[in-house]
Amino acid sequence: MMDFLTNDLLQLSDSAVRFATPLLLACLAGLYSERAGIFDIGLEGKMLVAAFAAGAFSAIAGMPAYDGGWEMGAWSVWIGLGAAIIASIMFSMIHAFASITLRGNQLISGVAINFFAAGITVLIGQYWFRMGGQTPQLRSGQRFEPITLPFAEELKDVPVLGDIYYQLISGHNIIVYMAFAIVALTWWVLYRTRFGLRMRAVGENPGAVDTAGISVVKLRYSALIITGILCGLAGAYLSLGTSAAGFGKDMTAGRGFIALAALIFAKWKPITAMWATLLFGMLEAIGNKYQTLDLGFIVLPGQFMQALPYILTVVILAGFVGKAIPPKAGGEPYVKER
Amino acid sequence: MNKNLPKWVDLGLIPLLTLALAFAVSGLVVLSIGQDPIEVVKVMIQGAFNPFGIGHTLYFTTNFIFTGLAVAVAFHARLFNIGGEGQAGLAGVGVALVMLSYDWPHWSIALLVGTLAAMAFGAAWAAIPAYLQAKRGSHIVITTIMFNLIAGALIGYLLVGPMQAEGSLPESPGFPEAAALPTMHDILGWVGIEFDKFAPANISFFLALIAAVLVWVLIWKTRLGYEMRAFGHSEKAAVYAGISPMKITMIAMLISGALSGMMAVNTVQGEAERLVLGAVEGAGFIGIAVALMGRSHPVGVVLAAFLFGILTQGGAELQFTLGIPAQMITVIQALIIMFTGSLENLVRIPMEKIFIRAGKGAS
Repeated sequence: MMDFLTNDLLQLSDSAVRFATPLLLACLAGLYSERAGIFDIGLEGKMLVAAFAAGAFSAIAGMPAYDGGWEMGAWSVWIGLGAAIIASIMFSMIHAFASITLRGNQLISGVAINFFAAGITVLIGQYWFRMGGQTPQLRSGQRFEPITLPFAEELKDVPVLGDIYYQLISGHNIIVYMAFAIVALTWWVLYRTRFGLRMRAVGENPGAVDTAGISVVKLRYSALIITGILCGLAGAYLSLGTSAAGFGKDMTAGRGFIALAALIFAKWKPITAMWATLLFGMLEAIGNKYQTLDLGFIVLPGQFMQALPYILTVVILAGFVGKAIPPKAGGEPYVKER
Repeated sequence: MNKNLPKWVDLGLIPLLTLALAFAVSGLVVLSIGQDPIEVVKVMIQGAFNPFGIGHTLYFTTNFIFTGLAVAVAFHARLFNIGGEGQAGLAGVGVALVMLSYDWPHWSIALLVGTLAAMAFGAAWAAIPAYLQAKRGSHIVITTIMFNLIAGALIGYLLVGPMQAEGSLPESPGFPEAAALPTMHDILGWVGIEFDKFAPANISFFLALIAAVLVWVLIWKTRLGYEMRAFGHSEKAAVYAGISPMKITMIAMLISGALSGMMAVNTVQGEAERLVLGAVEGAGFIGIAVALMGRSHPVGVVLAAFLFGILTQGGAELQFTLGIPAQMITVIQALIIMFTGSLENLVRIPMEKIFIRAGKGAS
């Protein structure tokens, strides 16, 4: 039993954190957008284009000059991260322009962005690298390496706590730690700053915000820039921070939608979003480790674990277990009174 | 919709301009990957219309008519059904179950029961999101997305588990031979027209055209269609007129799901003659672009579906001849959704300025 706890459970939790990280970042990205009253079903596409930009630019930055690279060594990974954020912000701004400035349909815009990302990443990837849409395998310096936290080595023999610190908390890459820091930051921004208050207000009642003399358009654009940055981090994590070490076509594999599910599951709250994505990360870790799950009275196929986040979201949406009420002005373009 | 805009501008000029913009940007994408747009268009048209290609073009068109009509019907009741992918997938399961359950003696009976099974399964998969929308206010866009993903997992499970044929491939056993639907080659052969023997286009194409006519009748010639449009126009007014939101939401989504499902008759029953993994191939999503481009009108949907059929088959040819990945089509599809959907005001607002100002000047 002790063995199960220390090994299997820790191992599962450790992979749950890894799986949860991109979900968490994308979920927080969606939180900013939806709290400001803009539906975003394009998280998937923004993550995908970010993952591609990260993989491609980190690869190019690290390549030797005779291959057309920039020989940037250990800086390459940061070039990749920067490219991911810029690409993701660009996509977010297309969504902002369509939804805010042109008052177009936000759902349709999101659908279009997902397809655009799915197509353009493979087209450009094939044109640049001729590897069937993949980017070259990234080497050391071109990707994020695990960080061993202080004293992890020294403490690893301490029973339980040492194990938890060494295996679960230490040994992740920088983006994982950033993701969890951003949860706290988001909570603070949302509930303790003027910007956060206004952003929440603009998602509930833009008319009131406008009457107070605050620009609805500016607030919503700002929120969508943050969404872009966070989706950029989420995508960069996939290609620079996992064992994939490079971009592969459709590598987001529906994570943007799981993040969206988690956002609803968490009722648009940052701390709850963290728990929701950790739960979904755990489900993915379990599904990954066990092909089928024998619970004694029933044997669950792996596909069930795969579908569980979506089923849970539908149940939550249906309001059978606590009602998920979205920001009131979500999806409605704001027309200024004249 | 603006009342002040002349009809030909609203239904003709604006769609054409948005489409032109979408194609112009697609051309830029082609240039940016070092290809010649003119050459690309030539290859696509040649690929879509040569004797071999046309059979594929019509086959894809059939899928897109079904999924486009599905999205269009829901649009009329102001419901956005993104769930076509899952509904068509589940319909494939339904077709496969029926086809494998009995040794159907003749294709005509097989076509009838296959179609009914496809409709029933597609509608059933749309029913839960519809009910949750109508009864519990759960946003149908999110629930249908979730149901797409759940369907993917479910079909994945069925094809490596209970429904898998002998062997290691994730596919069901083949359907009985007598149940094979007539191909376009057979049908045109009856009237003495030569057609590619190996083309996947089959009798479902005509089924799709019939469905388009029936949708037209439903939306514009029946009381139910009127109620759906009224509901889509203003829920409050519809309720005031005694139209039940619950009833309209359910019926619109059931019809939408059934239409999505019918594409399984074309792909699963007509072409593959077994259930394979990924039988829908994104056609459920292309339905969104088709409905937007076709302005949710059956004639528009059929034309837009044909355009997407050409794009899909032409895209396959692009890969073959010029080595451009098939994702070129995904990009064009995205741009069409973007410009005719979310960015439409880019064209509409200037048009309103021009024509309303001109109208005022004239009067």
